[in-house]
Amino acid sequence: MKLALLVMLAFAGTSAAQSAESGKALFNTKFRCYSCHGFSGQNGPGAKLVPMQMTEAAFMAFVRQPRAPAPGSSPSGQQNRMPAYTAKTMTDAELKDIFAYIKTLPVGPAAKDIPLLKEAQP
Amino acid sequence: MAKSRRGFLKGAAAGAAVLTVKAPEAKAQKGGGRGGNATAPAPTEAQLAADTGAAKVATPPWVIERPGADFMVDVIKALNIDYVAANPGTSFGGLHESLINHGGNKMPEFLTACHEESAVAMAHGYAKIESKPMLALLHGTVGIQHASMAIYNAYADRTPVVMIAGNWGAAIQAHNAQDLALMIRDTIKYDDEPKTLNAFADSIMKAYKIAMTPPMGPVLVVVDEELQEKAITETNLRVPRLSLTQPPAGDAGSVAETAKLLVNAQSPLITAQRAARTAEGMRLLVELAELLQAPVNSSERMNFPLKHALAGSGGQGYQPDVILCLEATPARGRGAKVVNISATNLYQKSNFQDEARYTDVDFDMGADAEATLPALIEACRKLITADRKRAFEERGAKIGQAHRRARAALIEQAAFGWDASPVSLNRLCAELWPLIKNEDWSLVSWEGFIGSWPTRLWNFDKHYQYIGGQGAGGMGYGAPAAVGAALANRKYGRLSVSIQTDGDLNYAPLVLWTAAHHKIPLLTIMHNNRAYHQELMHVQRQAGLSNRGMENCHIGTTLINPEIDYATVAKGYGLYSEGPITDPKNLSAAFKRGIERVKKGEPVLIDVVTQPR
Repeated sequence: MKLALLVMLAFAGTSAAQSAESGKALFNTKFRCYSCHGFSGQNGPGAKLVPMQMTEAAFMAFVRQPRAPAPGSSPSGQQNRMPAYTAKTMTDAELKDIFAYIKTLPVGPAAKDIPLLKEAQP
Repeated sequence: MAKSRRGFLKGAAAGAAVLTVKAPEAKAQKGGGRGGNATAPAPTEAQLAADTGAAKVATPPWVIERPGADFMVDVIKALNIDYVAANPGTSFGGLHESLINHGGNKMPEFLTACHEESAVAMAHGYAKIESKPMLALLHGTVGIQHASMAIYNAYADRTPVVMIAGNWGAAIQAHNAQDLALMIRDTIKYDDEPKTLNAFADSIMKAYKIAMTPPMGPVLVVVDEELQEKAITETNLRVPRLSLTQPPAGDAGSVAETAKLLVNAQSPLITAQRAARTAEGMRLLVELAELLQAPVNSSERMNFPLKHALAGSGGQGYQPDVILCLEATPARGRGAKVVNISATNLYQKSNFQDEARYTDVDFDMGADAEATLPALIEACRKLITADRKRAFEERGAKIGQAHRRARAALIEQAAFGWDASPVSLNRLCAELWPLIKNEDWSLVSWEGFIGSWPTRLWNFDKHYQYIGGQGAGGMGYGAPAAVGAALANRKYGRLSVSIQTDGDLNYAPLVLWTAAHHKIPLLTIMHNNRAYHQELMHVQRQAGLSNRGMENCHIGTTLINPEIDYATVAKGYGLYSEGPITDPKNLSAAFKRGIERVKKGEPVLIDVVTQPR
């Protein structure tokens, strides 16, 4: 029984790692999420993804419809808004892998713990 | 059309050899000289005697001892221009030769540019530091077309550049034109094609004067090759005295109305873009802001010290009831009264949409903002009562607190992706700051594509510490403008720093050679995100809207396969270089090494592979 549980946990761990590995390729290459969010997931004009504050379900719902364009708004009026990723272009499985990858991205130190930035405080 | 002088000099192999050649021989050389195929005859006995000083040789009749271009140089010297940048061209060859020989290559000194766009963009960057124009020479139709993007940038950025283009001097007919200035007339303030030397003197003086009158801008004088190369025959040549037009200040009534609005306002906001033309302009704006305890939202140039407690828009929730726009795109009021002071009101002819669309304003003054500030300050001072002063102080204290909160939030954001590889731009700028903060530094690049991290993290409090952007948003400006600005900084011993985007550098990398050749100290740090990133994001957004996926968005927008090795590129142009650096831990040491070399007087490039933004 114990052995079976260990095997299941190990399998689950491997599966999560595989999912994150797949998500990395999707984030950096196929969907180029890095373009707005940075390779770090926290640099650029897009929202800061790290640490991920959303649940997987909320994340998936948001990516499917980030923000509805205002009725009658022109494409230029939607500048810098995240485009919607429909199931036609991004599967649920891909979305889950991307979510898993973002969860692995390191948060990094806070400003108060960085000597160079401590000095820059007003 | 006489072409003898230029043609002969091309054909002659040595200066000494030309002294005693008889007129018929010279004529023969003249024919072949244009193509550069003539060969110099072997020296005669008389020549050899002349070389050794054994005999005095009469000047042969074909020598033009005093060509028209010499007088042009005399006039140019009266303009007190330090540098002339040019890619050499036949149509201004006479002027070129007179500048370096008759003029002694001083005031102005010749800068070898590898592209006309670079020549004009260098002049653009130079003027934004030195507050006066550089001269750029352009070769006929082709030189002007090469330069046209840089001219448009300078025009939209209200920056003075004086240009001279040669005409009717090219062996290739397509390099000549009946109306050479036509193709750029929409983006220059003035042009002329004088037919005599005295007319040239008037034209170039007038051009300089118009370029320097706010709103400043580029100007062009076209000169025929013949006028440059033929001997001076005009009598009574005169070098005119340069007199500049005083910038127009707002009239007393308008200034008084504006002062009344500002003093009675509950929450005024000052928006300044190209307001401070000089250090004095910046000092005046500080004086006005402190007098009113009003926040100053500064962009495009250094108008206001960025760590000043009044820098910014007043903080979250600050709703302005009066907005004072100084040489800025007029704000939309959203319930606030808007006062606009701008010299661009006095000069509007552009076919191009470089100016903002029409905006409703409550009071519009056709005047130069910097020239109007002294009167506006005095008018405000007269209206301020003790009660208003107390109210201002309370307002100022709140704005100061909001400013500190905003800065603290920015510092928090500066930690994002601190250890990331590729390197984050916040980390890059944070690592650089302690190495330059005790130097007399100047940022000679635009910060729009680098997350504005320099102005978020560094202490900008001097007029020359930031030169702003392209003007018209045309790429290819960044690298040459940085070199031009660094040249202007050189004589003050300032440390010039450019954070250079890769897409922009690839338009005009050859200006690195110009920097190396002329020993222009400049630390260039590459923001190498290996893409035309703005466009990558734009295509992605469009692909999202059309629901077609992102897989192809890299096509035409990225700079990969192969990745460009900028350190090697720079090395090829004669610069010390390092990189590519991908680990942020290696930044500081590389920057230190670079700064040491720059302080010794050389340009340096350090390639840093960065996060996209």
